[in-house]
Amino acid sequence: MKTLMTIIANDEIADRVFEMELEGALTSDMKTPGQFVHVRIDGSTEHVLRRPISIASIDQEASRFTIIYRADGAGTSKLAAKRAGETLDILSPLGNGYPLERDRHVLIIGGGIGVPPLYELSKQLNARGVKTTHVLGFNSQKDVFYEDRFSALGDTYVSTADGSYGMKGFVTDVIETLDGPFDRFYACGPKVMLKALSETMKIDGYISLEERMGCGFGVCYACVCETPQGDYIKLCTEGPVFRKGEIVL
Amino acid sequence: MNKEAMHISLPGLNLKNPVMPASGCFSFGQEFSRLYDLSQLGAIMIKAATHEARKGNPTPRVAETSSGMLNAIGLQNPGVDHILQHELKFLEQYDVPIIANVAGTEIDDYVMVADKISKANNVNALELNISCPNVKAGGIQFGTDPETARRLTAEVKEASDVPVYVKLSPNVTNIVEMAKSVGDIADGLTMINTLVGMRLDTTGRPILSNITGGLSGPAVKPVSLNMIYQVRQHMPDLPIIGMGGISTVDDILDYISVGADAVAVGTMNFTDPMICPTLIAGLEERLKDMGVAHLHDLKGRAYKREEG
Repeated sequence: MKTLMTIIANDEIADRVFEMELEGALTSDMKTPGQFVHVRIDGSTEHVLRRPISIASIDQEASRFTIIYRADGAGTSKLAAKRAGETLDILSPLGNGYPLERDRHVLIIGGGIGVPPLYELSKQLNARGVKTTHVLGFNSQKDVFYEDRFSALGDTYVSTADGSYGMKGFVTDVIETLDGPFDRFYACGPKVMLKALSETMKIDGYISLEERMGCGFGVCYACVCETPQGDYIKLCTEGPVFRKGEIVL
Repeated sequence: MNKEAMHISLPGLNLKNPVMPASGCFSFGQEFSRLYDLSQLGAIMIKAATHEARKGNPTPRVAETSSGMLNAIGLQNPGVDHILQHELKFLEQYDVPIIANVAGTEIDDYVMVADKISKANNVNALELNISCPNVKAGGIQFGTDPETARRLTAEVKEASDVPVYVKLSPNVTNIVEMAKSVGDIADGLTMINTLVGMRLDTTGRPILSNITGGLSGPAVKPVSLNMIYQVRQHMPDLPIIGMGGISTVDDILDYISVGADAVAVGTMNFTDPMICPTLIAGLEERLKDMGVAHLHDLKGRAYKREEG
């Protein structure tokens, strides 16, 4: 579960958003899209908590995978400064990913730094013959990434909150303009977006949540979320992917 | 290799080695049992048990700080009956002493939990968590008032079938006074619990939903070392399990040097899940390199004068 992996590349692909490719044996355990890795910043004790980062794509043949993260704090800024050839201490793979259902046509909806796990998801769904339409929302043009990657897999619509790129507005505004029919939706993004989707989408769907995390494997009880019955369950081991309505947003 | 060099005998506890995971940083062991054999550990301090199940606090429950972290989990646990029937049952397969952390909101809760959990055949000792708010006393922590702490310790000791260690809170004016108030009743002390702290986000608001949280990790080690050192000067024989920011073999030796008998590892279990087995192997190797016959030959180096 814990291993050192080698950094192959670490490049800025949008404003403060980095795509890091890693190589290592534990890649063979990564099967389900939507799982995450827990990254130790460095060997010192300055950062005692690892950073949970979702897996954006997996290349089993090369034993490589990609993570995409935003460098908006002290720890992730240190990650951003790492260079190819350096190693990273990784716990992997953690959490339960998206179930791959046998649908005809699904809607894949990502918001900001929630977009990455949806890329591997879309790849795997397409490989199973599921048609995917993608709606990606960002704050501004400078934040947009992976539009070309998703476009290669299916119709892709981009919205920005400030209207500087694509359609002005939120993902829900884009979805209103789409014809469908869609059998299901898969989403990852800010809680407000997931809440809006859960309330407006008539079809069944899967959502992936984010929470401040401690251990990442069920020990510390930091990253809980609430069920409709009022219980707190652990996001790291029960999630991060849940069925629409399974969690109170 | 001399395994005897690390063997420690304390009330209720026959420890293969002095290293154990601290309460709250190991849950009830199931998750770690998938990573290594729990029988390697000196002991296990399981997550706090309360009489009824506790839901815990809303999130965010953790925030990282420099060389440390704040937590405000709120003692989420399934309640003592569930723990007896499931979590402790699971741990029966391991050859490892268990120290059960006991928490409550009033003295009666503690007594009920202590009475029940101390009868489990694999619970070897209790750790009394006196850092909980005392609901009947308007939320003041049991652990900050010497008289209340003493009364709580006496009643729990009365109810328990196994030795009782009191986990001291560092959030007090005079740690020695607190230690003395419970020290002649308790079988030992564990110290220290977390320090109350706060972290703000970039908009100037506290990150934790609970506003404050308990600070742990390497940042608190100097505070803990000093408190154990101070208490040890007044209570030369009382067993003390030291904890606070242990991440290396040197840290363990520091704790033994200020007078701790054994140590617990907390936050670093999150940073490096293999930390306990790594430290146990490293400590054994270190004692051999140092030519030390027993770990306790190093005990009290911080205050003992050279003999002869």
